[in-house]
Amino acid sequence: MYVSPIREPLVTGKKTYKKITDEISAPIEGKPGKAWYAGITLTVSALLLGLAMMGYTIWEGIGTWGLNKTIGWGWGITNFVWWVGIGHAGTFISAILLLFRQKWRTSINRSAEAMTLFAVLCAGLFPLIHMGRPLLGFFVFPYPNTRELWVNFNSPLLWDVFAISTYFTVSLLFWYVGLIPDIGTIRDRMKSKFKKWIYGLLSFGWTGSAKHWQRHESISLILAGLAAPLVLSVHSIVSTDFATSVIPGWHTTIFPPYFVAGAIFSGFAMVLTLLIITRKVLHLENYITIGHIESMNKIIIATGSIVGIAYITELFIAWYSGVEYEQYAFLNRATGPYWWAYWIMMTCNVISPQLLWFKKLRRNLVFTFILSIFINIGMWFERFVIIVTSLHRDYLPSSWSMYEPTMVEVGIFIGTLGLFFTCFLLFIRVFPVIAIAEVKSVLKSSGDQKKDKSEKH
Amino acid sequence: MRRYISAYFEDEENLLRATKDLRDKQFSIQDVLTPFPIHGLDPILGFKRSRIPTVGFIAGAIGCILAFGFQTWVFTIDYPLFIGGKPHFAIPSFIPITFELTVLFAAFGMVFAFLIRSKLGPGANNPIHDERITDDRFMIIVDLDEAGNQDELVKEILLKEEAQEIKVKEIDK
Repeated sequence: MYVSPIREPLVTGKKTYKKITDEISAPIEGKPGKAWYAGITLTVSALLLGLAMMGYTIWEGIGTWGLNKTIGWGWGITNFVWWVGIGHAGTFISAILLLFRQKWRTSINRSAEAMTLFAVLCAGLFPLIHMGRPLLGFFVFPYPNTRELWVNFNSPLLWDVFAISTYFTVSLLFWYVGLIPDIGTIRDRMKSKFKKWIYGLLSFGWTGSAKHWQRHESISLILAGLAAPLVLSVHSIVSTDFATSVIPGWHTTIFPPYFVAGAIFSGFAMVLTLLIITRKVLHLENYITIGHIESMNKIIIATGSIVGIAYITELFIAWYSGVEYEQYAFLNRATGPYWWAYWIMMTCNVISPQLLWFKKLRRNLVFTFILSIFINIGMWFERFVIIVTSLHRDYLPSSWSMYEPTMVEVGIFIGTLGLFFTCFLLFIRVFPVIAIAEVKSVLKSSGDQKKDKSEKH
Repeated sequence: MRRYISAYFEDEENLLRATKDLRDKQFSIQDVLTPFPIHGLDPILGFKRSRIPTVGFIAGAIGCILAFGFQTWVFTIDYPLFIGGKPHFAIPSFIPITFELTVLFAAFGMVFAFLIRSKLGPGANNPIHDERITDDRFMIIVDLDEAGNQDELVKEILLKEEAQEIKVKEIDK
């Protein structure tokens, strides 16, 4: 098989098929270390704090939040948009990179997709709590009811309901179908009868038959083909929540692509944050190599630059439109009372990723890790800036107001961070973090043993 | 009585050559079990293209028609509600939900088709021939005639490709 000499190996350490199975299954079979227990104690505490604050909100009402008559969307919707965005990288890696036949995706798609599911889970909580009466949350679905009313199909908020729930369901199907063969592998390795039975149940009776593999390949490809436009649609629809309103700063046609690029940007930052730790703790450096980190950094610089251009375009169009409200909205963002949020956003999202043009920095783990945290923060502030600074000074100066979150809102946000990381920590103990079968299928063409051989020829 | 022979290979290229050889000599291959999908195996085994994409298309079309039809019915016939003076039959604003449901139906359709046709599912009790198949062994199972005339020929082909643990099994039927 011809192997391009300029491509870096994707699997290093001269692996054999057996070694791949052993090393990726090791975290599931071994006992969790102290770091894992420390981690989960922390995340579960955060989750419990969040649950208490959610309970308090539902018991007392939305009045416990810092919202007022002028600013109806604060941290709640900021967090919702931020979490949905983070989910996008998983689908991007597993679907769009599959369609583009990027082999480096095989080492990171499983964990990134799991991250998608957990992030969308966290995101979905916010609109539900924001309703104030989450028990009536099912009102958003069109079902025959005694009120004899249907939902408003013209409303982007309703599109959101369909987009987010479809996104979650299809991601779950895609992820699970991909997991079936690997669960089969785990089942065949388990010694205890009980665990064997559980994994046997979860593996759906997978045997590895050639016909099953053929169907599995076919379904993976078509699901990827479906998930690719789906992931683009989700954040586009989220952006129409804002873009179809008449608030200056929201009412712009640039929003859908700008939101999608931002979503992939923030999602990749979160993937990097998680995987840089995971590869170290689970000793997966041979599978998630520096080359993988560099590839992700390249996507970060591409999407980060799109986001930067979108910010500048917004400013230009505000000036060029000649609409004084629009002009003021942007002047107020950069120089008003929330100027610090705007400049945190600008620094973290536009300036800092430009450092990745240097190859040395792209391949530096510590730098990448710190940068990924910066981007996570920057993208959170982007959502905050869009929502709060646009709302707090609207058309009527008499209703101008300021917004500050209460401890309840902060607690709920910390709670969703806890939920996200708890889910991830449980996931790495239960399922293989790397798609075992997929890595084996690229071993011959992209492993380092073959690379050496082809260099000799 | 049904008889078959099973053996495994340690490399997929041996498996591919042996399978091709066996198929050329008109032996009936019961199954090939591998830890990951082997490219080039499907045409050798004479598999037709999977019809899962067709299932996906049909299910997606159903979702598309249902979603668009339902929104149209609600807003033009069942409850024509005035919303900001906009038309009742507003095609552009029906598109997002139509698209989402198309994808949802297609995804569910394909996953169910895959599981049902492959007889996979929670509680499916498929025999596991060897626990190393999901690890690093490439197994082949070839049907034999009852008289045992084919045994030697098949063994010879398998051995040529360094097959291991060649076993002839008989099951009463």
